[in-house]
Amino acid sequence: MDKCIACGECAAKCPKKVTDTFNAGLATRKAIYVEYPQAVPLKYAIDAGSCIYLKNGKCGFCAKVCPTKAINFEEKPVSVTLQVGSVVLAPGFSTFDPQKLDTYQYSQYKNVITSLEMERLLSATGPFNGHLVRPSDHREPKKIAWLQCIGSRDINRCDHGYCSSVCCMYAVKEAVIAKEHSAEPLDTAIFYMDMRTYGKEFESYYKRAEEEKGVRFLRTRVHTILEDRNTQDLVLRFVDEDGKLIDERFDMVVLSVGMETSKELAALARRLEIELNADNFAATDCFSPVKTSRDGIYVCGAFQEPKDIPYSVMEASAAACWAEADLAPARGTLTKTKTFPEERQVADEEARIGVFVCNCGTNIGGIVNVPEVAEMAKGLPGVTYVEENLFTCSQDSQEKIKDIIEKKGLNRVVVAACTPRTHEALFQETLRDAGLNKYLFEMANIRNQCSWVHSKEKDAATAKAKDLVRMAVARTRLINSLGQPTISVEPSALVIGGGIAGMTSALGLADQGYQVYLVEKEGQLGGNARALLSTWKGDNVGERLAEMIARVTGHQRIAVHTATSVKASSGFIGNFETVVSGGGGDKVLRHGAVVVATGAEEYKPKEYLSGRDPRVFTHLQLDQAIAAGDPRLDSADTVVFIQCVGSREEERPYCSKVCCTHSIKAAIRFKERKPDSQVFIIYRDIRTYGQREYLYKEAREKGVIFIRYDLDEKPEVSDKGDTLAVVVRDHVLGRKIELHANLLVLAAAIVPRDNETLAQMFKLSCNSDKFFNEAHAKLRPVEFATAGIFLAGMAHYPKPIEESIAQAAAAASRAAVTLSKESITVEGVVSHVQQFMCRACGECERACPFNAIAVQEVEEGLRAAVVKEALCKGCGMCAVACPTGAASVRHFGDRSVLTMVETAFAAEA
Amino acid sequence: MKSDNSRKVQGSVMVVGSGIAGMQTALDLADSGFYVYLVEKSPSIGGVMAQLDKTFPTNDCAM
Repeated sequence: MDKCIACGECAAKCPKKVTDTFNAGLATRKAIYVEYPQAVPLKYAIDAGSCIYLKNGKCGFCAKVCPTKAINFEEKPVSVTLQVGSVVLAPGFSTFDPQKLDTYQYSQYKNVITSLEMERLLSATGPFNGHLVRPSDHREPKKIAWLQCIGSRDINRCDHGYCSSVCCMYAVKEAVIAKEHSAEPLDTAIFYMDMRTYGKEFESYYKRAEEEKGVRFLRTRVHTILEDRNTQDLVLRFVDEDGKLIDERFDMVVLSVGMETSKELAALARRLEIELNADNFAATDCFSPVKTSRDGIYVCGAFQEPKDIPYSVMEASAAACWAEADLAPARGTLTKTKTFPEERQVADEEARIGVFVCNCGTNIGGIVNVPEVAEMAKGLPGVTYVEENLFTCSQDSQEKIKDIIEKKGLNRVVVAACTPRTHEALFQETLRDAGLNKYLFEMANIRNQCSWVHSKEKDAATAKAKDLVRMAVARTRLINSLGQPTISVEPSALVIGGGIAGMTSALGLADQGYQVYLVEKEGQLGGNARALLSTWKGDNVGERLAEMIARVTGHQRIAVHTATSVKASSGFIGNFETVVSGGGGDKVLRHGAVVVATGAEEYKPKEYLSGRDPRVFTHLQLDQAIAAGDPRLDSADTVVFIQCVGSREEERPYCSKVCCTHSIKAAIRFKERKPDSQVFIIYRDIRTYGQREYLYKEAREKGVIFIRYDLDEKPEVSDKGDTLAVVVRDHVLGRKIELHANLLVLAAAIVPRDNETLAQMFKLSCNSDKFFNEAHAKLRPVEFATAGIFLAGMAHYPKPIEESIAQAAAAASRAAVTLSKESITVEGVVSHVQQFMCRACGECERACPFNAIAVQEVEEGLRAAVVKEALCKGCGMCAVACPTGAASVRHFGDRSVLTMVETAFAAEA
Repeated sequence: MKSDNSRKVQGSVMVVGSGIAGMQTALDLADSGFYVYLVEKSPSIGGVMAQLDKTFPTNDCAM
């Protein structure tokens, strides 16, 4: 594998074509292959089940053409025994196979595809390069239908009673993207049962898809698909909301298939002796959502329950957090730190530049005349060595470059190859291995900018490649070594908020050995959980919370500050200084990281007689009344729940995520206590995602009656003396009905707290709903864009206990990455100010997006701009804003940049 | 979850699966001082996310 340079010669010669599973079966690949162009590791693999040589002992073309002799047919699988302290299972899911369902004719009709096939059709690396065509005749479709809940919420046909949680959102996304891909107007229709867009920014995406992009949403189940034999169009038969039978023709149908655990994976779980639940997902409880039934084995992602990317990423870091806590005494015992030889001082030396020109197989060499470029480079001033490589990036080339730097005494290196985005770090490491500072390096991108974009003009591509190499060499003569500042790290954290999330983060860090300051503005720990009765899985919240509080207050490394608020904070990653203000006055805390876990609160409704009639409860009020043994609860004959009170409205467009499950759980309780009572839930969409769906099913079985309403026709509530009258339009009967409730429960929204104050103090941002913004919705869901500050719980978005706990443990894990280091090294390409030229005007301070430069008193009576290197990203905004030229970015000074421009316009050397 | 473990513990972790979750766990562990064995049955890492086109709500390229 080390020898493979991914030139692709083997796959070009391989005679065996097989189904390409990466492209969901829509294309073919060879028996020797890489899954996709950006695959990591980028190494060709042989599919042993298809390879002609491995099956019949004949062929072997790939081995013959391989330029590096990387193919060894004799290699056999070997068993390895590993000693490990923990195991984390992240094996993912399989998509439901719709061949089992004859209704949809997936295996018979070519234009019925799965949602994963749709992803490949839309993808630029897919079988049609992102050109949206239907499989039967490669014609552009004009009408596409998505059918939801294929392999989910269906116990009659597929045995998966759970909701797969992600399909509503991906169907909306695919419909929007498909419209963008189509040259002609494309009609898209999504056939669904409940629209489950419960995540952060999901509801607004759904509304935009409907209102701005014109995606049609039809609340009905398609019962038959018929194919027109001549055109291969598909006719969908369904009953619309008014009860009319409709036949509608589409060019393509996408089946929104759900997630499931494969048989192989279930077998692996049995071998590992971990418990699975009835749906073959790993069994966990809400207070330790990533812990399996076996100590030391953790689980994350869709193997725990169907879930989306952000929540999988949160659980992944949560699993890391708890594994780290288990193994904390052994931290650093098995890892090795790479060491480099001492750097040579080259500042006083004449430039001795080595130029390495890459062919990139035929990628560059097939278009650009590489020998000519290399020959030209030999004549450039400062160049002492030039070499051509088949692949400059291959492992043996690194050895060679290192050797040549040492033998020829090179002090700067230029690689003319591909893009620094992917390869600069590799070559810089080679320089460091050879004792050179990593900044004594420059790349010329003669692949992307020459051979790729000018593939039809070989001479022009070669001329441009020469220009780029001349420019790179000219710049390289002027660049110098750069130091990289290191900053020390205070191994402690400030956790703001003492609810379930904050306490989980605090324990996660303290269990790993770090000091934690836990600040809570109320007089006691616990937050919203103090008012909650049980989780959806039935854990007693009061008991579990008491255990958690006891562990926090008893922990030797957690200092709890209740009735305390954060007053001011300064500093940066590794070195924050925060003033907190509590009963004993102000206190200054020094810490290396911050976790913001300030939570959210229940909306106080003004509608539906809330606050004016004692028979009207919110969720938290109901849970507290149950806990207090309120006798009215058990005597009520009729209980009505109204959903989306304050959520999914103009003023508050997001879904509060937890309310459907909470209402249904409470409704079941009423039915259990008094089976002859009437319990109604008036709702818009029931969003019992994942395995919460079973509660919805149980409620229906127990006789809870669900009545749907639309936003433009909300229920009306009035006081009728003995009862409360609730008038609502029943969508099945098609007319208004009046319910007489003894109790009315409002599923009140979850609203953000005053996040603005903390946002300003720590330079954080909030979204339009006033919840804090994470650094990246998918890949960095627990950290802020500002380094060293992390986010957990409902301050991010409404979520149930298990998700708050996963996110909070994840925040602890991400913070531990910083706290586990004595110091951190920052980039050398940062701004610096020549003080004698600075007139302290402050233009740089205003221009800096990172708060990395500020005017301050540098000595008595002298004010000047000062750069905080730990915060500087080297963007150069200050250098542009500076009127005197005092501020500039290291490594990109005027001289070394302008010389490239001059070289580009000078006559060819 | 407790760290006051007197037995000698191994400073290494095996992560099974290298999709978006497995990679994140592996990175967190390795970045904070633990040796990670990342086990994957297919020839490259990345899992299902690599097969996706774009991701909502930002419509970023999944790759």
